[in-house]
Amino acid sequence: MTDVIDTLVGIAPGSKLDAIRANRSEARKHAQASYASLFEPRDLAGVTTDERHAIAAFVAGLHGEARTDAFYAAKLPAGLRATVVAEVASARSKGPYGRFPKGPLSVEDAPGPTWKVSDAGAKALGTRLSAAFEHTHMLVFHPRDAAAPALQALLDAGWSTTDIVTISQLVAFLSYQIRVVAGLTTLASSL
Amino acid sequence: MTDKTLTPPPHVEPVVFTRDMLDWLPWIEPMAEKDMTERHLASLVDASRVKSPYFRLLARDPDVLEARTRTDKDIFYNPEAGLPRAERELAAAATSRLNGCIYCASVHARFAATYSKRVDDVQRLLDEGVGARFDERWDAIVAASVALTALPISFGPAHIDRLRQVGLDDAAIADLIGAASFFNWANRLMLSLGEPASPG
Repeated sequence: MTDVIDTLVGIAPGSKLDAIRANRSEARKHAQASYASLFEPRDLAGVTTDERHAIAAFVAGLHGEARTDAFYAAKLPAGLRATVVAEVASARSKGPYGRFPKGPLSVEDAPGPTWKVSDAGAKALGTRLSAAFEHTHMLVFHPRDAAAPALQALLDAGWSTTDIVTISQLVAFLSYQIRVVAGLTTLASSL
Repeated sequence: MTDKTLTPPPHVEPVVFTRDMLDWLPWIEPMAEKDMTERHLASLVDASRVKSPYFRLLARDPDVLEARTRTDKDIFYNPEAGLPRAERELAAAATSRLNGCIYCASVHARFAATYSKRVDDVQRLLDEGVGARFDERWDAIVAASVALTALPISFGPAHIDRLRQVGLDDAAIADLIGAASFFNWANRLMLSLGEPASPG
């Protein structure tokens, strides 16, 4: 399968950046394996393909990295894609914000909003994806506000403990992939 | 059956960034060792990680755990060319400091201090945050890590120029991008699936 990071950055075989990535061939191979295990898994377990792509498209939309955003959005059915676009518009923010444990670090607290899916979004997404999107927003913009009740909200919405691991990996992997694409695209433009 | 979150046992919560060894307590149930299949065990890559609740939790989705771990190891441990290990760890520590992951910062600040031998500088990163100033090279590495981590992402050609001016070649810049980006992955897992604890 084509390497997704190479595709998104536009790394041609034989190019300078291709050689640089080849120096870290295990990282390159396993970043791609991470993608494959999240989006083309041997076993979908409790998270459907559309749910995986919807969460990824939401993360990419929140980051505003155009090529990654287009890549994941293209994998969604039109109705779901429109819902993701509408929710992204109300959810975009700056990060990272959030509170630290009470103590000396409290002077660095940067409190900010807990984002909620719109009424129309909740209707279109359903309980499970709505809860996943709200969790995703926190992970993207204010991960240090994470606490056990946020996971209980996912369990209450019908996700299992194993599903939560998969959803967390989806958001966290995208947070990596998008930055690699942004970083290498910038590097490519200055080679 | 509906799963429930866990209530961690009584513990001391670290309230500052530290190079001390910390524990990590999960908020949802890791796999029990006795329930782990060959596939789950193989996904740990290092057999000793079976003792870690963090890795036994991530082993619930073994394929992504294994791929994540092998990505991590090559970004940080591959000694071939690129950015020196100390500075890959500096990028990881700076990213973790900015995102607020006290656990991740503790591990990678220890590594950064060990490999750079600049214990006071690393401690100052923890104490003062990513606004601390060191020297031209470390400042450029921390600034690039911040620009890749904060949203919206602001990493641009000026960061690349600055990194080149302090002696990073293209392979080293690619390593820095890998290290800072990877910790945006790791921080989100550690921060959101459990909490750090000071050893009793």
